[in-house]
Amino acid sequence: MIDTFIIPTLKILIVLNATLVGVSYMTLLERKVIAWAQSRLGPMRVGPQGVLQPIADAVKLILKEDITPSKADKWVFTAAPVISMVPALIVYAVIPFGPVVRLFGRDVSLYITDVNVGLLYIVSVASVGVYGIILAGYASNSKFPLLASLRASAQLISYEVAVTLTLVSVILMSGSLSMVSIVNAQYNAHVWFGFVQPVAFVIFVIGSLAETNRAPFDLPEAEQELTGGFHTEYSGMRFALFFLAEYANMIVVSSVATTLFFGGWLRPFPNVAALHFLDVIPSWTWFLIKSFVFLYLFIWIRATLPRYRYDQLMRLGWKVLIPVAILNLVVTGIVKVMLL
Amino acid sequence: MPITPTHYMLLSAALFIIGVIGVMVRRNIIIIFMSIELILNAVNINLIAFSDQLHNVIGQVFAVFVIAVAAAEAAVGLGIILAFYRNKESVNIDEMNLMRW
Amino acid sequence: MAHAIAFYTLAAFILGFAILVVTTKDTVHSVLFLVLDFLFVAALYVMLNAPFLAVIQVLVYAGGIVVLYLFVVMLVNLKRPPEAHSDPHRMTKFGFGLAGAVLIELGAIVVSGYMKAPAVTSPAQNLPVSGNTEQVGWLLYTNYLIPFEIASMLLLVAMIGAIVLAKREL
Repeated sequence: MIDTFIIPTLKILIVLNATLVGVSYMTLLERKVIAWAQSRLGPMRVGPQGVLQPIADAVKLILKEDITPSKADKWVFTAAPVISMVPALIVYAVIPFGPVVRLFGRDVSLYITDVNVGLLYIVSVASVGVYGIILAGYASNSKFPLLASLRASAQLISYEVAVTLTLVSVILMSGSLSMVSIVNAQYNAHVWFGFVQPVAFVIFVIGSLAETNRAPFDLPEAEQELTGGFHTEYSGMRFALFFLAEYANMIVVSSVATTLFFGGWLRPFPNVAALHFLDVIPSWTWFLIKSFVFLYLFIWIRATLPRYRYDQLMRLGWKVLIPVAILNLVVTGIVKVMLL
Repeated sequence: MPITPTHYMLLSAALFIIGVIGVMVRRNIIIIFMSIELILNAVNINLIAFSDQLHNVIGQVFAVFVIAVAAAEAAVGLGIILAFYRNKESVNIDEMNLMRW
Repeated sequence: MAHAIAFYTLAAFILGFAILVVTTKDTVHSVLFLVLDFLFVAALYVMLNAPFLAVIQVLVYAGGIVVLYLFVVMLVNLKRPPEAHSDPHRMTKFGFGLAGAVLIELGAIVVSGYMKAPAVTSPAQNLPVSGNTEQVGWLLYTNYLIPFEIASMLLLVAMIGAIVLAKREL
């Protein structure tokens, strides 16, 4: 009874709350890091060093007037931000934060569940997230959002192919689709997959930047292009939900990159006995540290690189990333068979 | 009453008939294509129900092929619809009669 | 018992959304009901011990094919609904009646055939791998390699065909 109902519910509550708090503080982190990159200080007024800024933002957005365009499709208009947010949250069901640990006298696994098609589940859920963007543009009943949403969704589905091909290379290395087995395979192979598959890792990072509509691929939502993109007609909490969905997607992609390419919950050099003193840091802390490094990388890239034009973006996705990903897959397959 | 494959076959038959009604009654060609997808899904449900009962994975392999063929057919069919729409500005199947006598 | 509740709930949703797909006047709503239908069918596959097929259903059908339909619907979004004039030659009520008769006949065949037939047994499948995905992959790459390669060629031809058909100038 406890094991089948109470413990998973507790895990879900902890993960969801941590995600939502993390997502709202991501907004503050991004503003601070971009500010420091530009030699200024960022939000400083609310709370010490601006720490309470996300709460102020949330209050402002909740109290804003809720405008729906007159001829817009009401149901779809309301549902689009929700469809954007839900896939970002349900991916956490399969991400492993740590191995099985001993807590309060029982063995608790630090992941909500371990489906044996976990990695494919993540990819399929990400492909359902495209609907939020398409429907947002359509439901606004206005030309600019419609065009912007079609461009954004075309970008998303193009880069999905490249990202999925790199994930197949990781599956070849680990021999299983389950996320926990992939981390265990990295433990058994004594090396993180990011070092064995550098090409796949680079393509994954670039593809994820495009998947989450982040700079330098954020043309569909940039304010200077198409007057604000697919969320032009959205205001208040719905607009906030779109942005929270984008940050949640960023955190999801960082977690997935950590699990697949950087050892998940393993400490550096997990098999070297001499470094056993590093075990005082618990496994889930290593996971959070590595994910944080990825998030910082995403924000750093946004502060540094200029924006891609749309045709350059599509050319990069189809003509560069996909052939390189396929080549990487072929080479991985050949090497794996020869070393068998 | 335990859920036997008969239940799944009845569900599959009902979904199939709903798809067939969609193909016969609607005039918007995109809805007709979507009803064809419903028919293919009904077939898939049947295949996988039997694969589960007979403990043989071959049913699922067949279902994978059905999904691949459905994807190919959807892509080409929608390309044809787009090409036709560019010429005639309509998606009503009653107006797609250029080659009738 | 839980199995039965799950099956009846999923079946009700699947058939309900399928009827909504076929009867809704607005094409975009029809496409959205189709997506929901596919997601519930994927849940049914999970109940049938086919997790790999369930994820492939969501990934390919709900996340790929229906996105394609949504794109085309938005590109041909007409101001007047295409079924404004009803065609006198079309025998709608007769079609409904015929479909209902076929459904009753199919149901009768299914139920009676299953009552009379002996319990079907099949030889145990001996594959060297265990796990649903691994078994499907094993069959695809050993016994059924030729259909697999033909399917991949079919997809290549479909990709080229779709691009050629939808291009503005060749």
